[in-house]
Formats: sequence, C-alpha cells, structure tokens
Amino acid sequence: MPRLEDVVIHMRLTSKIQLMAGSESYEKMLYLKPLVPFDNTVIQFFEALSMSLMKHPKGRDFPDIISFGFFSRKTNIKRLKKSYKNLKSNVVGRGVSFHIAPSNVPINFAYSFVVGLLSGNACVVRVSSKSFPQTDIVSNAIASLLEKPEFTELKRYISIVKYERNIEINNYFSSLCDVRIIWGGNNTISELRKSPLPPRSFDVTFSDRYSFCIIKAKEYLDIQNKKNIAIDFYNDTYLFDQNACSSPRLIYWVGSSNVVLKAKEVFWSFLHELLVEKNYKLQPMTAINKYTASCRAALDYNNVVISRLPDNLISRIDLDSLPADLPEHTCEGGSYFEYSDEMPDKFLGIVSRKFQTLTYIGFDRAELSSLLVGRGLLGLDRIVPCGKAAEFGLIWDGYDLIRHMSRVVSIE
Amino acid sequence: MISDHSFLSKPVFGLDAISKFEFFTERLRLLSIHHYNKCNSYRKLLDAMNVNVECFSDYRNIPFLPVALFKQYDLMSVEKDAVIKTMTSSGTTDQQVSKIYLDKNTAILQTKVLAKLIESCLGKSRLPMIIIDSSSVLKNRSIFSARGAGILGFSIYGRDKVYALNKDMELDLKALKIFLKRHEGEKIFLFGFTFIIWQHFYKFLKENNCYLDLSNSVLLHGGGWKKLEDQSISQEEFKKKIKSVCGVEKIFDYYGMVEQTGSIYLECEYGHLHASIFSDVIIRRLIDFSVADIGEEGIIQVLSVIPESYPGHSLLTEDTGIILGEDNCPCHRKGKYFKVTGRIRNAEIRGCSDTYASNF
Repeated sequence: MPRLEDVVIHMRLTSKIQLMAGSESYEKMLYLKPLVPFDNTVIQFFEALSMSLMKHPKGRDFPDIISFGFFSRKTNIKRLKKSYKNLKSNVVGRGVSFHIAPSNVPINFAYSFVVGLLSGNACVVRVSSKSFPQTDIVSNAIASLLEKPEFTELKRYISIVKYERNIEINNYFSSLCDVRIIWGGNNTISELRKSPLPPRSFDVTFSDRYSFCIIKAKEYLDIQNKKNIAIDFYNDTYLFDQNACSSPRLIYWVGSSNVVLKAKEVFWSFLHELLVEKNYKLQPMTAINKYTASCRAALDYNNVVISRLPDNLISRIDLDSLPADLPEHTCEGGSYFEYSDEMPDKFLGIVSRKFQTLTYIGFDRAELSSLLVGRGLLGLDRIVPCGKAAEFGLIWDGYDLIRHMSRVVSIE
Repeated sequence: MISDHSFLSKPVFGLDAISKFEFFTERLRLLSIHHYNKCNSYRKLLDAMNVNVECFSDYRNIPFLPVALFKQYDLMSVEKDAVIKTMTSSGTTDQQVSKIYLDKNTAILQTKVLAKLIESCLGKSRLPMIIIDSSSVLKNRSIFSARGAGILGFSIYGRDKVYALNKDMELDLKALKIFLKRHEGEKIFLFGFTFIIWQHFYKFLKENNCYLDLSNSVLLHGGGWKKLEDQSISQEEFKKKIKSVCGVEKIFDYYGMVEQTGSIYLECEYGHLHASIFSDVIIRRLIDFSVADIGEEGIIQVLSVIPESYPGHSLLTEDTGIILGEDNCPCHRKGKYFKVTGRIRNAEIRGCSDTYASNF
C-alpha cells in the first residue's frame, strides 16, 4: 500500500479537480474496508439511483439515461448476480478503483462506476471533461442520494470527478488505486500509462477494437418485421456514429449470390429509410472521411466495388476476399465493408486480437457457438444478436469485470 | 491528345458557360483517360466506382479524388524517374503532408498557366517585386514546401526581387527603403501569404508607427484565411488595415492548393474569386455530393487542366464555399465566381475510442 506521504495532493491540483459527487477525501479511500461483490447497500443504492433517474424530469430526453436506469435497477442487478452465485464469501473488492471514462460517450462513466462498486471497490471516476447534460444529471442524482442517511456510509467510497487533461492528477489518482480502468481506446491508454501504478496494482484497458456482423441472407428475408432489424442495427452503429468498439464495420453475408443480392437490397433500404426518419445528421468531415475510406479500400485491395447509393448516409464497399488488415481500414459514421459467401466460416482466418463483438442475424446461438468454440481464436470476445452490440454487461471485452476487480482469499 | 496545350493562347477569362463546358469536358476526359491508362491507383479507383472514362460527356460526372489521398499514397501517372520535382503541402497541423509528383511537362504547364493568370492581373511586363517573407523558407530546395513553392512559383513573374523579412521574420525596413528609392514612381508587385503579411508586415509597421509608400503597387496574397478568421479579421478589414500602413489600393487574394499549383483562382476588384479557363469549381452538397445551386453552400471540388503527371485534375477539397454566379460578375470576367466560406473541421463524433488523447 502506498504511504500517505507519497500521495499527498497539492492544493493547486485540488483546485483543478471538480468534484461532481461523493467524497473529496481521496486519500482516506486507501483505508476503507473493501466491500463484498454485490453488497446489499450497493444494490439498494443503485436501485435508488435508477428510480431517481427514471423519474428525473429531464432524464426522459436522454435514451442513454433511461437505458442506464434499466441497467442499474435492482431486478437487473439481481439477475446479473445470478451468474455469480458460485462467488464465495472469501471474495472482496481489491480496494480503490480509478476509472477514466471515454470523452465521447457521456453515460459510459456510470456503467464503469457500477462495475467498480459492485465488485466491492471504492471508486474514483473521472468523467469526460467535455460538457454533457447526461453527466450532470447522473452526477447530481448520485450526489443527492449520498446525502441520504442510508447511504452516508457509502459516500466515502465514491468520488465522481471532472478535470482537464492533467498528468499530475492522473499520477495522483493512479498512485492511490489498486485497479485502474481505462476507457477511450489506444491513445488514452498510452496517455494514462505514463502515470505509474503501485506495484500490486494493474490496469483493465479497453483498447480500440474491431467488430462485425454476420447475416444469413435467406433467414433475414424470411423475417417479418424488417424495420425492427433496422432499428437494432441502427442502435449498434449510428447511435454511436459507428464509432463504438462494438459497432460492426464489416457485414458478412451468408448465402447464394442471388439471395444475398436481394437481402442486401432490402436490408440497406430499410436502414436508409430509418436514417431518414431519425434525421441522422451526417457531419461534413464524416461525409468526406467515408468517401476517402471507400477510395482507400479501392486502392489497397483488389476487385473492390464501391456501391452507388442515393446519398452519403450509408457507404458500402464490396470485397471479394477478406484481407487480414481490414481492422486498419475503419471509418466512422456509417461506412461498411461487405463480403458474401456460401460458407459462414471464412472470417475465421482474419480474426485477430483486435476483434471484439460479432453480432448476428438469422443464426441461432448453438450454430455460431459450434462454429467458433474450440477454434483457438486470438480475438472475438462477444457474440450477441444484432441490436445488443452496445448493451453493457459485467463481462466486457473478454474480462469478467467482477472477478477481475475483486480479490480471492484462499483458505486451505 | 493531352499534349495539345493550345488553350494557353485563349483569353484566360474569355469562355462563357457553354464554351467552357465543351472545352473543359474534353480536356478533363482526355486527362482522365490518360491517368486511367498510366496510373494504376487511379484505374483501380475508377474500376471500383464502375465508371467508364471514355464515356465522360459532362465534366461534372468525372470522379473526384479526396485531397487526403495525396497524403496517404504516392499517386503518379509517369515513371518514377520522370519526376523532376516533388511538391509537399506545408502540413503544420497534420503530421502527413501531400506529395505531388511533377514531371517536366506538368511543371512547365504549371508555370505557363500561372504566367497567364498573373499577366491578367499585373500586365505583360515584369514588375519590381517585394516578397513579404523570408528567403530562409527556400533554404531546403530538395523538398518544396507549399510556402517555398508558392514564393518560387510567383517570383519568376517579378524582377529585382527583394525579401521583406529577415531570417527572424522581422521586417527589413532598411532594405525596403533602398528598394523603394531605386524604383520610385514604378508600379511594384507585392507578394506574400495572407497570415505572414498580417503578422510580420502589417503588425510591424503598425506597432512601429511606420508608413511605407506602396500606393502604386499590386498586392497578391494567398494561403487561406483560417488563421485570420481565428483572430476575427475579415477580408474587408484586412484590406483596410494593410492600406493604412502602406497605401496599397489593389489587394487581390488568390485561392489555390499545392495539389493544383498553377491554376489558381484570382480575386477580382469586386472581391470575388474567379475560375479561369484553366480551372473550375463545383460546389457539392454534403448529403449526396450532388451539384449545389448558385448561392448554396457546400464542399468545394476543384478541377484543373494542368495535372498530367499525377491524377489531380479533379479533387474534393476540405473547404466549403458558395458559387456567386457565372459569366455575370460586374468585372466582366467570364466563368464562375465564388467565395470560400471556411474549412471543414474534424467531426465531433460519439464513440468509445477517443479521437485525440489530448481530449480524453
């Protein structure tokens, strides 16, 4: 454990840290008793937070707040707890967790916070330095709950903070923590790694990843409600400008070529209709970047077909093979590679460490499971139905976060 | 034949919309066929877009390359050993710079086209020239930065050149005064980059309460307004302030880029940028890249008759602009006239991967 004199924070730094909720006695966190995973008070606290957000007058304007409200309610947490019923009483939190949330997903910090506290740790959560109404709404809700008598005890375990990029503050919180959780991708990870950790502490990093979607053409065509599929796909992609690590960037079509052709036409036209309906706003630089990405693909690969489309909302690049460096060819804002094959397993050859989520349409779970399990793949952490790519779980990016962030005491 | 350069003898602002369309479509079709046959990357790109170069009957349908491609790829339509000069963009904010490969033909054509355009602005005889920059930007001759290339490119149209700034970018007042004494009463050609002129010429004179009599000169400047816009200095204010320290009346901006050196767009006395017969601008709507109407803002596509050694005859820039009209500018120049309204900034997008570590 670091000694107090090592970590004394200077006044000039304190003034740069804006406390959004919780306690300002960061160093005292070092001496708090770790909690057990799924501590009852913690579950009660999140239930109260969920209620407060669902009732919040402005909360309804933000679908991401509502989703978080559903995630953090008691019934859901209890459901999540079920898969941890084997967790013995000899498991406790590691101590202090320090979370660095990504700059462009306002609500992400809240999920990271839930994981930190649920696994039994005190939490210093650094929210994005950008201004988002969601950050304020959730932080304020946390702050006022912590004033209630039933949660005063918990207040000492929580610091939701906001500060501009500052290596000294990073150094300080890093020196206090047992686990550091870094969101925001490769650049942010390397930035944070400049701040040393105590010897026994470690990082949980969420780096840049690559995700794709596999669709059985015939089965897709048989689905009745194609608009729902379009909404699911939209939620996986455009909802985060196709810039979430779980957003599919390659669409792998399975089927004979004429069926695939038909399925593509239907699929993309439903999506396009939805984008128009939702008034998806294409930013000027995104339009240019997408066009550039299509050109790059044409130059770097052979026999590429850039599909002609009515507008720039969707960019489609057709491939006749799957190059291994496809994850280096990504572009945000609705740019898709497409590959079709009679066989569903041609992607196996290019799955690298970078692969994260595979979403699927028209497959059943067992089929995909038998396709993937036991193949010795270096990547692919999640296989979920289309529409659930961004749905947060306690197992994320291949980490079981609860087990990863807790400590097991072995008693023989 | 792309080697037919007879257009050089036409009046540079003399083609009306119909004649321009015919001439331009044919020249750009020939250039497209040439690049298709000589540049593997260009061929792959057009094949991927499934377009047939032989069939271009309207130059607006010729595909445009995003300027970013010149940063990521070595695009050329000549053998490597035919390249006599590689031009690069200054690229101060981006790490990557554009690389433009010139063979002898394209380099000569650039010079001839620029000469025609400058002649239209300054007259046939070469004028004594003040370059409002430091000669030290030219020190590295092997790689031409955009600023160095601009100075070299324009300076061949002047005589008895003098650099107004020393190596520390300070105004060399003594040298200028000697120069002005020598050319008393003569018309003088002033050239420089907009921001350099503002920062190192105007500000120096203003702060030191100096006045240089340049009332009989023509100032040609380019390089973009971005830095001045950041300081909230408008085009009008720029002209007014420059005039206040040196009396110059004729101040003309030009719009151009290293990817299409030579066929620049010159500002007329009414403050409008003009496409000459050597170039054209098309404003594209961001939603579908369709051609915008006159008066409608969009992304600027630039076209040029010059690029033969690299496939840069049709480019999508990262600038926004508006076509103000065609063939009907009060200055009587034929062709489109337009204004540049800004530069497209990086997109603010959602997503869990931070774009820049500085913003995390």
